[in-house]
Amino acid sequence: MIAVRDLRKAIGEQEILRGVELEVAVGETLVIIGRSGGGKSVLLKHLIGLMQPDAGEIWVSGKSIIGMSERQLTAIRQKVGILFQSGALFDSMTVEDNIAFPLREAGMRDGKAMRARVNEVLEVVELEGENAKMPESLSGGMRKRVGLARAIIRQPSCVLYDEPTSGLDPVVSDSINRLIRRLQERFQMTSVVVTHDMKSAVHVGDRIAYLHEGRVYFQGTPAKLKQCDDPIIQDFLLGRSESATH
Amino acid sequence: MIARFFIALGAPLVAFVHYLGELVLLAADTFRSVFTHRLRWRLFLQQIVEIGLLSQVVVIVTGGFTGAVFAAQTYFQFNKIGMGSATGAVVAVAICRELAPVLSALMVSGRVGAAMSAEIGTMKVTEQIDALRALAVYPVDYLVVPRVLAMMISMPLLTAECIGFGIIASYLVAIVFLDINGTYYVANMVQWTRMRDLIMGVSKAFVFGILIVFISCHKGLTTREGAVGVGRATTEAVVISSLAVLISNFFLTMALNIVYPAGYQ
Ligand SMILES: Nc1ncnc2c1ncn2[C@@H]1O[C@H](COP(=O)(O)OP(=O)(O)O)[C@@H](O)[C@H]1O
Ligand SMILES: [Mg+2]
Repeated sequence: MIAVRDLRKAIGEQEILRGVELEVAVGETLVIIGRSGGGKSVLLKHLIGLMQPDAGEIWVSGKSIIGMSERQLTAIRQKVGILFQSGALFDSMTVEDNIAFPLREAGMRDGKAMRARVNEVLEVVELEGENAKMPESLSGGMRKRVGLARAIIRQPSCVLYDEPTSGLDPVVSDSINRLIRRLQERFQMTSVVVTHDMKSAVHVGDRIAYLHEGRVYFQGTPAKLKQCDDPIIQDFLLGRSESATH
Repeated sequence: MIARFFIALGAPLVAFVHYLGELVLLAADTFRSVFTHRLRWRLFLQQIVEIGLLSQVVVIVTGGFTGAVFAAQTYFQFNKIGMGSATGAVVAVAICRELAPVLSALMVSGRVGAAMSAEIGTMKVTEQIDALRALAVYPVDYLVVPRVLAMMISMPLLTAECIGFGIIASYLVAIVFLDINGTYYVANMVQWTRMRDLIMGVSKAFVFGILIVFISCHKGLTTREGAVGVGRATTEAVVISSLAVLISNFFLTMALNIVYPAGYQ
């Protein structure tokens, strides 16, 4: 579904990605973990062409998206949804209009069917009845779930989640994790989940990639990650700020 | 030393040319989109309301009081040489050709240009523009095209309105405060004011509208660095739009005067 080859990106002086290699198979859930500020969001934005790399290749469903124009990218973006870390809701629209936005843009005119569909996904993200609220009156966690509802309403074949559970209480986090699993099982949806919540990573991930200093430092199943005795990974897993190696 | 001078001169020049290039690219992109993509009517009508309908009060007040004060000043001077009744002609031609288009454009750039760059800029820094792109919507189609079309329609109409109220106000001032004979006033005005004066004003307004809308949208789309950035983008949009209006007005006057020459012929 997605393949990334030697992806490099510098913003200003700062080299953020320094040769990322990644592969996501159809129907698989890949979790990307890594330190905050390590370039996970930047990597995710590259995958649907929101940012252009300095070097490297990105293939999405068999097409190279590097150098595609913004218009050509729309075809890819109809297949790949993204949940932004901040939610990125349209703040001049109600929750309902936000979620219905992709349907409207896809040319759906039937108000009743649209409404039904919106209510359906609102239920999935456990926000029934919040249709008429404005984004500014929602909590951070609720915004994120509205963003999620908006990302999945058109049933894309792949969804990129940028920290879907950060800032959510444990119960809602768990239900989001289950939702990601369910979408995968029911619709064979491919998912890339960025998180630093290890519990969530182990729960939803078929494979986990650890992004460290702009490269994929480790890649493997959750079980393999836990067994890995590399000090850098152990520090991350155990949440140690003072490395044992120092 | 000399090299340093040219480098110091060169950098802003390059930046300026670069900026013009970006504006032209945005304009090209917009016109391509107008002809090849479906128009979002709802957004377009919203912008007509926002730009056209809601700017009317500002433009009417501007036109009215400018017409009034200009009539008074003209009369004070002209009356000394016994030409008080020529006031109407002078005022009407000046309002049509210069005052109404320029002042309306300045007011609109303050009211509408600022709002546009602030709104689009906020969307930029809060990732809403990225969200649009991610949802397979090209921001130019969604944000710029409706604003550009609404501006192209609204700006000439607003200016026409400004002209109308300017002339009405000057007439009222003339007969109420300046005791000019109303019939002479109108007769002189009609004799010396031509359709081409009106056309010139409205054509200028059309160009000013295009300048304002592209400058403001571009500032919005290139906003960076949070709330401070939005503030900066807004200020720059208004300042650059206003300067662009004033500077281009001179060249438009010179060029349009060839097509629509001033004076009685
Ligand atoms: N638009 C941007 N402009 C400048 N620097 C950026 C931008 N986006 C991200 N960065 C920088 O890139 C680095 C990685 O950011 P990010 O991908 O958001 O990290 P995270 O792994 O926490 O998601 C950070 O140091 C951040 O400062
Ligand atoms: Mg991030």
